[in-house]
Amino acid sequence: MLGTGLLQGLGVTAKNFVGSFHDPARLTTIEYPEVKTKLPEAYRNFPFLVTENATDPMGTLRCVACQICEKECPPQCIYIEKSKDKKPDATGKPQLFPAVFAIDTSVCMSCQICVEVCPFEAIKMDQVYEIATTDRFSALLLNREQLAKSNAYYHEIHPTEAAEVDARLAAERKAAEEKAAAAAAAKAAAAVAKASPVAKPPLTA
Amino acid sequence: MSASDHAALSSQLSTPHVGGANVREVHDSFHGDLLEVSMGPHHPSTHGVFRMIVTLDGETIVKLKPVFGYLHRNHEKLGETVTYLGSMPYTDRLDYLSSMTNNWAYALAVEKLAGQAVPERAEYVRVILAELTRLLNHTCLAGFLMQDCGCSGTPLMYAFREREYILDLFESLSGSRMMCNYQRFGGCRVDPSADWLTGAQKLADRYGTFLDEFETLLTGNEIIIARTQGVGKLSPELAISAGVTGPMLRATGVNYDLRKVDAYGVYPRFDFRVPLGDHGDVYDRYMIRVLEMRESIKILQQALAGLPAGPIMDPKAKLRSFRPKAGEAYGRIEGPKGEIGFYLLSDGSPNPYRYRIRPPSFINLTVLEDMCLGHTVADAVIILGSVDIVLGEVDR
Repeated sequence: MLGTGLLQGLGVTAKNFVGSFHDPARLTTIEYPEVKTKLPEAYRNFPFLVTENATDPMGTLRCVACQICEKECPPQCIYIEKSKDKKPDATGKPQLFPAVFAIDTSVCMSCQICVEVCPFEAIKMDQVYEIATTDRFSALLLNREQLAKSNAYYHEIHPTEAAEVDARLAAERKAAEEKAAAAAAAKAAAAVAKASPVAKPPLTA
Repeated sequence: MSASDHAALSSQLSTPHVGGANVREVHDSFHGDLLEVSMGPHHPSTHGVFRMIVTLDGETIVKLKPVFGYLHRNHEKLGETVTYLGSMPYTDRLDYLSSMTNNWAYALAVEKLAGQAVPERAEYVRVILAELTRLLNHTCLAGFLMQDCGCSGTPLMYAFREREYILDLFESLSGSRMMCNYQRFGGCRVDPSADWLTGAQKLADRYGTFLDEFETLLTGNEIIIARTQGVGKLSPELAISAGVTGPMLRATGVNYDLRKVDAYGVYPRFDFRVPLGDHGDVYDRYMIRVLEMRESIKILQQALAGLPAGPIMDPKAKLRSFRPKAGEAYGRIEGPKGEIGFYLLSDGSPNPYRYRIRPPSFINLTVLEDMCLGHTVADAVIILGSVDIVLGEVDR
């Protein structure tokens, strides 16, 4: 019969209309500035630099200014200048650090490739999305002081990923320490052997 | 318009070569001047910045010239200046409704070029994501098409409500709703967690119910049938010779689906059918998409049930300093809009020497004039809607 399809369709809209008053699951929108949805752990928007110690952020940046992210960044929004001197990194090895590290967030497309290519776990994705400014130049060009955020903050926003990263870094540090200890022991043994050749056991009886 | 143009078009009118049910008979005695109307580029029904220069005789279209390029951003040249990995996030921005399938097609091309193997789990995850993308794209298309018909709001909002559930899954897996950047050469970037898989399973179980509701609302609706049946007919011969692919081609009755023809990935392991239309009109194109969604749900169920354990990335896959040997490769898959393909020519350097995209919606758009001739302006809007274009992909 002509019109049956129309009436059935109207039934569907009526069901949805009435249903939204009874079933909270049917309410698909929220009142945004007052209520915010919980972001998924994987959510990403712009990169930040991880620091070990929140009290001395510039002294404990994990970044060693290797410039891999600068090369790999597809829209080329990262600018790095290497330091002249060295300081110990997360594993205790003396490394360079970025004297200048700037990200132009008006160019960045949040693709996460800098995070994937970083061999030092130094750059990670942030979750701050309320970043509107009235100045479209300097306010969107972030320098290393603005980019640096603590490892504790990283744990807060990406707990699973951060735990994995910490475990991996701890293992690397331990391996480095053991290697250093072994090297030191070998060196000491060699020094002892050199200092007192008399103490050396005779090769033949 | 010059007098000779007018005469040429008037002579065409006496034998309109597309005969739809709604074509009015035009009498020579009533011929006035032809009117040229520029629809777009800022017209909401053109799905982006697309322009149609329509020549009208009364309300009947006698000539239609599509104009595009307003969103051109040098995508292919850009692909030659960045590394192979660097092109991956740009492919998200081609057809921004189906970034997962764009990623897959590009990854497939590079994997062919580099001879890179893909673990089985990654292949299954790719199928799951591609079918979710198909659900998302077709649901949106049905909503937009109904919006073009004049069903203001309701079907589109229902479609967007369901789309948001799929986008939530994409966001929790890849970190971004639409710009997923998820596939890598030799696998996928992150392994889906058990929670995520439960979520996908729930969605697959529930989606059929939504489709039933959606179909009750639309499929049998007399107004929609009157507006869409017999409108914008495309013959199978023209579709094949113009290189039309995807649901547009299958609506004309041509059995061509790359998932069956190429049997890429793990698709041969799944049991599914390829729906075919037989009129090639707007209604068939709508129905094909609904039926394809039902098949997608079947594939999803099978892929989720058969998902093997194992690594998600090939351990030998290289991320940094990736240089495939010199050669060429063409990777193509069945995207929601048709055959999406990437052609790569490598000279052994970190960047491709030539990077070419075969965009399905651009090629499907080339038959627009043939479908619109003899119809009214209002019909041109729904015919364009049924082609399913995304201007990010058309203009590149």
